[in-house]
Amino acid sequence: MNIIVLIKQVPDTETKVRITSDKKGIETNDIKWIINPYDEFAIEEGLKTKEKLKEGTVTVVTVGPDRTVEALRTAVAMGADNAVHVKVDGMLDTYLVSRALAEVCKKENGHIIFTGKQAIDDDQAATFSYVAELLNYPSATVVVKCDISADKTKATLEQEGDGGAKNIIETALPAVIGVNKGINTPRYASLPGIMKAKKKEIKTYTLNDLGLGSETNKTVEMDYQLPPERAAGKKLSGDIPAQVKELVRLLREEAKVV
Amino acid sequence: MGNVFLIAEQKDGQVKRVSLEILSELTRQGVTTTTLVPGFGDMGQVAESLVNHGAHKVVVLEHEGLKQYNTEAYANAVFSYLSSQNPTAIITGATSHGKDFLPRVAAKFKAGLVADGISFQFSGDKVSVKKPVYAGKCSKSVEFSGGPAVFSVRPNVLPTQAANKSGSVEKVTADPGNVKAKIVSSVASQVKKVELTEADIIISGGRSLKSADNFKILADCAATLGAAVGASRAAVDAGYAPHDMQVGQTGKTVSPKLYIACGISGAIQHLAGMRTSKVIVAINKDPEAPIFQKSDYGIVGDLFEVVPLLTEELKRLKSQS
Repeated sequence: MNIIVLIKQVPDTETKVRITSDKKGIETNDIKWIINPYDEFAIEEGLKTKEKLKEGTVTVVTVGPDRTVEALRTAVAMGADNAVHVKVDGMLDTYLVSRALAEVCKKENGHIIFTGKQAIDDDQAATFSYVAELLNYPSATVVVKCDISADKTKATLEQEGDGGAKNIIETALPAVIGVNKGINTPRYASLPGIMKAKKKEIKTYTLNDLGLGSETNKTVEMDYQLPPERAAGKKLSGDIPAQVKELVRLLREEAKVV
Repeated sequence: MGNVFLIAEQKDGQVKRVSLEILSELTRQGVTTTTLVPGFGDMGQVAESLVNHGAHKVVVLEHEGLKQYNTEAYANAVFSYLSSQNPTAIITGATSHGKDFLPRVAAKFKAGLVADGISFQFSGDKVSVKKPVYAGKCSKSVEFSGGPAVFSVRPNVLPTQAANKSGSVEKVTADPGNVKAKIVSSVASQVKKVELTEADIIISGGRSLKSADNFKILADCAATLGAAVGASRAAVDAGYAPHDMQVGQTGKTVSPKLYIACGISGAIQHLAGMRTSKVIVAINKDPEAPIFQKSDYGIVGDLFEVVPLLTEELKRLKSQS
């Protein structure tokens, strides 16, 4: 069984975002890059699936500049068997990234494809389902449990629905599965894993190799803006019961929200 | 501005408010829109609400396979209708369902996609969508090049406005196509919960709640307000609350009318997820907590003392009005 995990390298959550002077992006010089946290769960789920089935290979795939190879090596150190890098220099939008990922999934003949439910940089939460549609595969997202049938033709998934509901989904395979926090606890890289990852040969494609050489983004980023700073408001004073009374009065009469 | 389509969302014959929010904004910008409603059964109320908010034309995409939400069925049904319509824009609400099926619609058109916009502006043939990135640490404006503009709009950011208009309503039988993944059963939460991303009021707790049981004091207050209960990452990581309650960069991004942060210090990744709330209240023992810098009203005090008093005071107020 070919298990594929789609991952993205993103700025660490502690990053303080600064916008470049031309307003076309954010300053990336001193950013600490990490694997998108939801994609770490996807890597772990890929590895666990292989262990449960006692067969198969786990291939991690990313699209991005040279620095993103580091994310692939981290995944290999965790236990992934193979890594594929689609090397691009500029920013690719959801359309073009999904096209590239779908082409790699075809080349690697993916049987089950895991990815995070969203990346915490562009917050599109769209790639899993865009890729699934391009491949004509079913998909499910916000998945917190995944069981594959003995004959490997289908999977039973548990999905977090709105307002705390739990949905049980049955899907045919191949499928694309967007995983959520809570599905597992990602393992740390082992020392032998880290050694192996250093030497691991990474398969590299360009968009041209994937037949997408003449494709361009379908969206254009115009400018980035910082949100307006919120002015610090009133700290109330007096004893606590008086403060609470005053708060409720302000919420009703001034803010008009209760 | 060509052929603009809104895909309205309904549940059990009730339209989702975000669909009306988008429609009100389109009406305000003078954009003529066809509104599609995938569903099955009596859609009379849905169509009426949509027309009352400015829909020129409502098309109910009807099929039994659309009674319950399904990713593939929704995408297939919408595409089967739109494929002959030469759409220039396709819009829906950035709800859990909207975010799930819209990328499939975009993929069918090989179109660009912007998810979770907080504003959009049509001018001539172009549309620009503003969307938060890095969980709201900044935002970007995006335009489209080639193909239809496909985007979703976050709930609770645009006002609804009734329009005195008349619109047509028609029904077509839609084709949900071949569906390979299906919800076979669904268990609602034991406690009736308001979905965080669509809630008007949210009361959230941090690690200082000290246990899962103590979240009950927030739930009591929430029940009084009809609010949803949220949590910080620290509280979720400590096991006090499930991840579906987490607000912040690795949880949900919310923009309620009122956000009450209890015992939450205001880490950058939490602030990112709730800074667009209209009114923020902070309750924290530490007067130096960064959350006070971002809140409209603050009480320096122990949440275990403040929150129950707040619940009582709100109850008193409710009983008077």
